[in-house]
Parts: sequence; structure tokens; C-alpha cells
Amino acid sequence: MGIKNPFIDGEVLSFTSPPFSPCDSLCAPPLLRAFFWLVSLLLASLVWFISVQISNKDSAAQQKGLLIFGVVLSVLLQETFRFAYYKLLKKANEGLLTLSQEETMPISIRQLAYVSGLGFGFMSGAFSVVNILADSVGPGTIGIHGDSQHYFLSSAFMTMAIILLHMFWGVIFFDGCERQRWWAVAAVVVSHLVVSCLTFQNPQYVGSLVPTYVILLAMAAWAFHTAGGSLRNLKLCLTCKDTDFLLANHRPR
Amino acid sequence: MYAPPVCVPLLSQTRKMDSPSIRCSFHLLVCWLFVGVGCSSVEKKIYVHLNYTLPCVRLLNATHQIGCQSHLSGNVGVLHVLESEENLDWVLRSGLNPPYLVILDSPLFTRSIMMKLKNGSSRVAGVAVVAPSTNPPDGVSPHTNCPNENTGVYTEKYDPALAHCNVTVWNPLGSGLSYEEFDFPIFSLKDDNDTKVIRQCYMDHNRAVNGSAPQHPLCAMQLLSHMSAVTDTATCMRRSDLSAFSLSPGLDTVCDPLADFNVWASTRPLNNTAKGHKEGESVVVAAARLDSRSFFFDVAPGAESSVSGFVALLAAAHALRSVTQEAPPPRNILYAFFQGETFDYIGSSRMVYDMEKKHFVVDLDNIHSLLEIGQVGLRVNSSLWLHSDPVSRKNSSVDGEVKKLLESLRAGAAGLNVSLAEPSFSQPLPPSSFQRFLRARPIPGVVIQDHQSSFTNRFYESMYDNAGYLDISYPPDLTPEQQLQFVTDTATALTEVATVVARSLYAQAGGDQARLSSINADPQMVTQMLYGFLVRSNNSWFQQLVPSNLMSFLADRPTNLYVGVLNQHSELTMLVQHLLANLTGTTVNITQENCNYQREDEQDKANKHMFFYVWVQGAAPPNATEREGFCTRSTVRLTSALSPAFDLQEYTSKDYSTWTESRWKSISGRIFLVAGHELEMLTLGVGLGVLITSLLLTYAMSAKADILFSSGREPVNATY
Repeated sequence: MGIKNPFIDGEVLSFTSPPFSPCDSLCAPPLLRAFFWLVSLLLASLVWFISVQISNKDSAAQQKGLLIFGVVLSVLLQETFRFAYYKLLKKANEGLLTLSQEETMPISIRQLAYVSGLGFGFMSGAFSVVNILADSVGPGTIGIHGDSQHYFLSSAFMTMAIILLHMFWGVIFFDGCERQRWWAVAAVVVSHLVVSCLTFQNPQYVGSLVPTYVILLAMAAWAFHTAGGSLRNLKLCLTCKDTDFLLANHRPR
Repeated sequence: MYAPPVCVPLLSQTRKMDSPSIRCSFHLLVCWLFVGVGCSSVEKKIYVHLNYTLPCVRLLNATHQIGCQSHLSGNVGVLHVLESEENLDWVLRSGLNPPYLVILDSPLFTRSIMMKLKNGSSRVAGVAVVAPSTNPPDGVSPHTNCPNENTGVYTEKYDPALAHCNVTVWNPLGSGLSYEEFDFPIFSLKDDNDTKVIRQCYMDHNRAVNGSAPQHPLCAMQLLSHMSAVTDTATCMRRSDLSAFSLSPGLDTVCDPLADFNVWASTRPLNNTAKGHKEGESVVVAAARLDSRSFFFDVAPGAESSVSGFVALLAAAHALRSVTQEAPPPRNILYAFFQGETFDYIGSSRMVYDMEKKHFVVDLDNIHSLLEIGQVGLRVNSSLWLHSDPVSRKNSSVDGEVKKLLESLRAGAAGLNVSLAEPSFSQPLPPSSFQRFLRARPIPGVVIQDHQSSFTNRFYESMYDNAGYLDISYPPDLTPEQQLQFVTDTATALTEVATVVARSLYAQAGGDQARLSSINADPQMVTQMLYGFLVRSNNSWFQQLVPSNLMSFLADRPTNLYVGVLNQHSELTMLVQHLLANLTGTTVNITQENCNYQREDEQDKANKHMFFYVWVQGAAPPNATEREGFCTRSTVRLTSALSPAFDLQEYTSKDYSTWTESRWKSISGRIFLVAGHELEMLTLGVGLGVLITSLLLTYAMSAKADILFSSGREPVNATY
């Protein structure tokens, strides 16, 4: 009675690219990063699954405690894998440099940070929201047991916040690792933990969404600054004086 | 599990190295590991599944389709609890959120309301009927008021004055709802917790307060009962036959004929292998029908309409066992139990057809007379009515034989608390299997009923024709085992009927009149049978009588008397077969292996033609747990009860039953809330807005990237 999914049974999209094209470096990181995120999630869920099995299923407090433990563990594992990925990319970049006989790296670590953070965020977002989307396709909406009707909207906003946050965290994290600024790395981990634990506020959606968006804005500003932006640049862009600036500085691309 | 949607968005990232199948199985694995947090916990927040649902299904015959149909993905409608017939106006005209799914209490499940709903079916998504726990006070019968009117003997050719119930309307309370066609699903719900949830949901969300319209979100229900077959039997059988040429034969069958097996036995063994006319055999046929039906699928208690009749005949057969061994009467007595009689006499038409084609052990010339037991459970003033056919009795020889049969009946009732009477005017036979025999040959026969003209049964072929209607009640605080043994008043009354039948059969078969008073039916047997069929078939007595591999058919609820489709073995036929074997047969001391091979010892080749051997479980002796089985030898046989129309492939036949049942994939129901249109549009608008904004922002930022990110202190080994 199941519906056959044409995509599963259809052809594999194969993707061949010329060597050292931008796509080589720009396409792999989000996919690989996404895969790394998945592995971290798998490990976290394995640990959680085992702990649920050996726990006392009837005690609600213990189950809640286990959930918190699972969330914290998952966050820590994700950050660990982010660090591992950073190390891998550094090594890969150096190896590429020696092979390519060029003097400079084809891609900056900052671009790598952005792109890998995006992949990470995309996978995380997909995982959070696809389940909910699939159930929203039916004729019904949430509410028969008294839950709020705005579940779908809140989930969507939360997912958007998480994806953007992962992007900014990636930039800040990599920059912190590059310049040995470990407090920046710690700040990323702590804010990730805070945001994850904020979701325990649900179903008080205001209580979880508003602080998350505050943190999002703060991280956005920090990542903007880390990536080389500043208020001056912003003003220049917005008041359309940018062409003059370029001519004046004449930096080659 | 919604595995496919999880995989779809990720395919866009697929590269040669990760095949989608590995990714998808990965996701499935991870998703499954989150069982506690739940991949389906969102679904649990949205839907409440209904546990106990009885649908109405689609049946087809040569010309019509009857029953209910839903859309392929189910019918969704806003709940409305109907308070009265006037309240229908809200559903059909003034309600603001059509289509509605109407919840009815059973007193409102009447023909007039259902016809109005049927006519307004664009605004009606479905109906759910809440079945009460006790029978309604007034009678209600969803069957037609002239059952089987086109396949009996009373046609225009036979006697136009008696056709189509011109003289007596047999089922005056019949509304004919079972034979109407509805294009929305109709389900029956028990009055339990699920129904309380439904009513509460309606009260909370759907009630119009002070005349204003109810606000979204509204409570809604989805009923799924999609039927594959359409139009009529000829169409669906043609479509099923076509599937034989496809690559997967049998999988595209859309309908199945209603069929089962007739059960018969004889007091003197007959050679079952030699079919056709038996020289010198003169047989008195004692007939009863087995099956029943109701509006909803798989619910058919049939207490008064069928169980009373066949239990009386089983008890009579038991009463005759010893006397037919000690002083065998000149004529043979053939007990015949017909299946499928509700649907245009499937079983009896098949037996008559087999007799005509010489495929049965005897043929129509061997039949001397016929006595049929109809509805005998509700006797008014202890009287039984003897119906006969006025048209065949116009022939004086037939009339003479019928009078002799009536004499045998009176002899059988002598000295008992039963008064027999004939209807006072020339009236046709009520719907009975005997009519099919009359269509072939003017056989002398009588049908015993408890009503003079119209049925006394007020719940004919309805789900309320149950143990409660026959007044079968037990003192409180009895265990099931004690209830099984307790002799109810109904059982005592039915035992008297069985005794009358047994004695009359013995007299009619030419037996010695002096022995009549020693023939008595056993009330203990009758009450145990009534308990088994009407209260609980999984009881200790039935368990002893069946083979061990058929134990799974016994259930903790009354037996379902619906005939079912071809190749679907029914609990009822199995029980009647083994009961008849136990009540008319004898225990033989042979090994289980010989018993299963239908022989008494290794050299025996003859007995399998004459007898039927079955190894049954038996009881466990006290202080032991293993049952001690034994072999029962009897003359019980099963014959096919499939309408001749399907063998002859005449799917538009007017002579034989052409009833088929549609196939379906799944049947379910669930309730949930539906959101208002405004919220849906808001969500869509917000989503689209965010999408467009983000695209614009990304484009703007990437176009000005070199300006925006120019003042950074970059790491030394990086360039643009």
C-alpha cells in the first residue's frame, strides 16, 4: 500500500567535476560537513538509545533527565566533530597546496568556514524540520490534545534560527581555531548549549524563540566582524559609495 | 514511518560517492533510534486513531452495487453531532463548513434521515453511527420488507397473485437501508472511550455558541473505506479475470463471490462417492439455514433469524441418534444446513443445482418430503405455525403428502406444551430454502415458523438480533463455565421445539409411533449451543469438539454469521460441522493416524466413502493438562455453497444468486483538528516572504562581498 518514491529507485545523480575547479572545494565541504554532522548525531543517538534502554522507563523525572543529558551530549559531540572537520580541512588544504604547484591556496579558510557551517546548518535544519513537514501534509493540524496551533510556524522559525546560527558559529569557530583564540571556541560551544536547552521551554514558544533570536543577532554581528566586516563597510554599501571606494583602493581580485 | 519524504530533499546533494540508498538507510537508522523522542510523535499530537470501527462495505449483484464507498485517501469532514431530524438543516443547507461528518445516535439511524443525507451528499463526508449497548425498544430492520423476492419460487410464472409479497409483507419493519447505495462511508462505533473523546472534541470546538458560527480550529474526522469494485458483478468479475493475463495474476482481483459450504448428514450412511440417483433411497430432508447479516460488515448475530432454527435442528438430530440406531425407520433422514440463504439462497440453490446435475449423493427423485425449521425462538403463546405452499398443494397427490406430513407433525407434538397450527388463509411460504426445491420439483414440504403472517422478529437481519433479544440472561456472578452449563428459559422453550421436530421427523420417516415418546431433546445441549453461538464461542465444550488446528477460529465473542467470501473459512460452518459430527456420530477406538486417513485400520478402503472421521481435541482429564483426543465417526459432509452463476459464468443471471463482495486495502478512522483558512494563508505568506527576503539578501551580500568583508585581518596564507 506504500507509495513508491521515484527518487529512491531512480538514478543516482553523478557529479563529475574538472580538477581544482571552484566546485571541487566549494561543493565538497558542505556535503562532507553534513556527513560529519550526521555521524555525530548517530553517535549521540546511540548513546541515548542505550541509556534509555537501561533506564527506568516509568520514572518521568529520569526520562526528562535523560533527555537533557542526550541533548547536552549531542551538542558536545557536534562541536567535537566541527573541530575534527576543521583539522581535516587544514590538512587537506596544505596537501592541495603542495600538489597544485601554485603559490597560494585556492580557497580561503574563511570561505571554508562559511561553507562548512552552511552544510552543517542545512543538515541540522533538514533533520529537525522534515519530520514535522511530513506530518503536516495530512488533513489535520496540531491541537486536539490541547497543544498550541502555532507549532508548525514556531518550528519553522526555530529551524531557520538554528541554520543561521550554525553558519555563524562555523565562521567564529574556525577563526578562533586559526588564531588560537580558545575563548571564542568556548563561547560557540556555550551558546550552542544555551540555544539547545532553550528548546526545553517549549510549548512556551515565546520563551524559546525570543532568546534564540537575540543570540542569533549577537552571533551574526560577531561573525560579520570576524569575517572582515565593519560598520564603515556597511554604511559604504548602503549609501552606494562602494564604486568610489573600489576605484580608490584598486585591489586586485 | 515517513521514510520517503526524509530522503527527497537530500537527493539534491547526492554525489557519486554517496548513493541515495546508503543515505536513506542511514536516515532510517538514525530516525528509528529516536523511537522514544519519536519520529511519529508529531503525528500523535495531531491524530487520534479510532480503535473499534465497523464499516459498511460494498456488495454487488447482477444489476446493482449496494453499500458504502469512500475516496481513495479517505473522506474528511467537520464533525457534527445530529440532535434531531430538524437539525439536518445545518448539515444540508445552513452550515458554514461543509462537508460535514455526521455522528448519529442509533435512534436517528432511520431511512428518512439516511435518504436525506444521501441526497445532500455533496455536503456530507460520511456518517458514524454510535451503537447502543442495549437493544432499542422499537424494532428496526435494515433488510428489505420482502426478502429474496426475486429468487424464491413466487415469480410471475408460478403465481402472479402471490409474487412480490402481494399477500403478506414478511418483514414490515424493513427499511431497506442495507440495499441502498451510499457514496460516503458509514461506520459504526461502540459507545466507549473513543466515542467520548469524539463528543468532547465536538463540544469543545464545533458547537455554535449563541447562534454565531463556530471558530476554527474545528474538530474533524477522516474515514477510509475505499472499495475497489464498481457497478455490478459482471463488471468486477471481468476486471478480475483480466488480471489473469497480467504479470501478477490474482493481485488485481477486485471482488470475490459470496460463498461457503453447506453441511449435511444422514441417519443412514450414504455412499458419498457415488453421486446421482440412489436406487431405493427415499429421503426426508430436514433443512435449516445458517447465515445472517446486518448493515455493517462482519457483524451478524442472527439470533432469532438463524441460530434458533439451526440449533433446534441440531438438537433434534442429537435426539434422533439413539432411536435411529436401535429401530431404524424405513426412510433415510437427511439433515441439511444451508449457508448463504440471506443472499438469494446461495446454499440451497447450489444443492438443488447439484441434485439436478447428479453431483450430489441423492437427486430430487429420492426426496420424499421436506421439513424446514425457520425462525422458532420467539413463540407467542407456545404456538408454532406450519407454512406450506398453496400452489403446489392444488395438486391432489402433493396435497395428500403434505397432509401426511402435517399428521406426522401433530403426532410429534402430542403430549408436549406446543400447539401447532396452520395459517388460516391461503398464504405463500415465507422466505425459506424450501422455495428453491419447489422451483425444481413440487415436493411436499412444510416450513415451521413462530409467526403466522409477518415475522415476529422485529430485528430481522440487524445487529440487534442478539442474545439479549432472545431473552437469554444468566444470573449475575456466574463464571463463564457456569454460564455455559446454566439452562435458560429460552433454551427450555427451544428444546420443546427440537423435540417436536425430532419426533415428527421420525414419524415422517416411517418410524414406529410407539417409540415417539422416548425421543426427547436435551436442554443441556441446547443451552450450551445457544451460549456458544450467541455469547462466546471460545468455551470449554466447543473446544473439546474441534480439532486442534481449528482452535484459532474460536473467539471470545458471539459467532459472526455472515457468509463471507470464497476460500474464507468461516467459524460458523466449522462449528456446525463438528457439532453435527459429535451429536449424530459415534466415537470409534482407532489411532489418530487411521482417523486422519479416513479408515478404521490399514486395510480398510471402503469406509471413507460412507463415513467421515475426524480427530478432535477432547477434554483434559482431571489432574492432567494434556487433552485426550478421540476419533468421531459420522456421516457429516460439506458441499460447496457457491452460486451456480459463478460456475456457469452467468454473472447477470436472474435465476441464481450473483452476490459478490468488493475488495479493499484498508479501513480506518481518525479524528483531528483542522486549521482555519486564515492561519494557513498566513503560514504560507510568511514562508514565501522569508524565502524571497533571504534570496534578495544573499544576492545583495554576495554582490557587495568584497566591500563588506574587506577590512578583516586575514590569516597570512589566504588570498582571494
